[in-house]
Amino acid sequence: METIRQIFDLLFGVNPELRQIIWVTLRMSFFSTLISSVIGIPLGVLIGSNQFKGKRLLNRILSTLMGLPPVVAGLIVFLFLSRSGPLGTLKLLYSVTAMVIAQVVLITPIMTGLTANLISIKAPLIRETAAGIALTPLKRMLFTIYEVRVQLISTILVGFGRAIAEVGAVQMVGGNVQFKTRVMTTAIMMQTNMGHFEFAIALGIVLLLIAFLINSLVNRIQDRQIT
Amino acid sequence: MKKFVLFIVLGVMVISFTACTKAPTNPVIRLSTTTSVNDSGLMSYLQPVFEKDTGYTLEITSAGTGAAIEKGRTGDADVLLVHAKASEEEFIGEGYGEERVPFMFNFFVVVGPESDPAGVKNAATAADAFKAIVDAGQAFVSRGDDSGTNKAELKIWKALEIDPVGQEWYISAGDTMGKTLTMADELQAYTFSDKATYLAHDNDLALLLEETDDMKNTYAMIAITSARWEDTNYEGALAFIKWMTSNKASKMIAEFGVDKYGEQLFFNLDQ
Repeated sequence: METIRQIFDLLFGVNPELRQIIWVTLRMSFFSTLISSVIGIPLGVLIGSNQFKGKRLLNRILSTLMGLPPVVAGLIVFLFLSRSGPLGTLKLLYSVTAMVIAQVVLITPIMTGLTANLISIKAPLIRETAAGIALTPLKRMLFTIYEVRVQLISTILVGFGRAIAEVGAVQMVGGNVQFKTRVMTTAIMMQTNMGHFEFAIALGIVLLLIAFLINSLVNRIQDRQIT
Repeated sequence: MKKFVLFIVLGVMVISFTACTKAPTNPVIRLSTTTSVNDSGLMSYLQPVFEKDTGYTLEITSAGTGAAIEKGRTGDADVLLVHAKASEEEFIGEGYGEERVPFMFNFFVVVGPESDPAGVKNAATAADAFKAIVDAGQAFVSRGDDSGTNKAELKIWKALEIDPVGQEWYISAGDTMGKTLTMADELQAYTFSDKATYLAHDNDLALLLEETDDMKNTYAMIAITSARWEDTNYEGALAFIKWMTSNKASKMIAEFGVDKYGEQLFFNLDQ
């Protein structure tokens, strides 16, 4: 009971810390999803619509990358961005940018794989229609994307779900720094480590509600596309 | 068939639940300690000898001080080994333990970049060092996790009447000493650490200030009383405390770290 009041107070009261954490979470998740989609969806369309030499191997690599453990992705990005790493001079470690980079590494293969799957089912039909209208390759890609836009929205939501739920990679490269790179998931982890279990669960519920709200909003957009 | 399977599943769930809530049997002592103690390697060094001498089995969990003490409140530990006097006294005041037994100490240290732009090397106390860091506009990484180390650090800021929380140069990690040192190393910033973890950790930070009066760090043990949790292994906890304060243990503690780091990492209180 006390914890529920605490959470309410943090959400709507004078202390801006929780709202700030939510804002960082949303900002990071949005950009991670956006970049992963911009790279992953066209790539997925290309792979799904075409037959080419080495497609089987590529699919296998893609499948493996889709299962890349977040902590491994986090470690790799950390080593790249570290002072002693190749990109150390960029001083990106412990920033929201670093977190987005790690998430893009994780989520792009997922977006690519899901899109490729989706397209390979619809590809023959689209090819027929596109052939009939004689489209350029670029226009054909945009046409394909438009044709499957409803399912793509679901795919993007999967990407977003991954982004907002990620904790391992984001903790490693972001550092969970107060007021800077602390997001909902790393805050929950920290509170759990400190023994504040009730508070951690309450934060978890807030996170779930936010994810639910966003899913509902996007589903509305989806529905409008169907009709 | 379906009903049978459901019954089995429910049965397994009920049994495992009761197993979870059942208290451990007497030969096992659950020690809840802090990451600073555990990460130094002291407990893995003492544990086999303790177990051989007494026949008890030691189950050690480590967490930040706040979480470590919380385990005593939730009945998930038999004995605590922590270093936060105020929190320990609060814990005893709430009736979870009878007394705190301080038995060893070491010092915190201020570490930072080799170049030492704030001139911490020349400070006489940790407070002077902290002030120098702020005056030089240098970054400071804090545990930020309510641990014993964090509380000791905050005490120094309080004495200076500076509130570092939210300031641009104050990086609050909310993490263990090891991770905090990694962060300070990456950012080449200053931080406040216990000496043992600093030495055991792989980094490029220089030891700039140590052994000042305001950086003394005292470790104490508290046996969880059976008044609050009747299933706790009170005898086991007392046996642990007795062994840890024995001459044999004192000698082992004094020798710990000497061959690896050339110096003692922990000092006995009666020395």
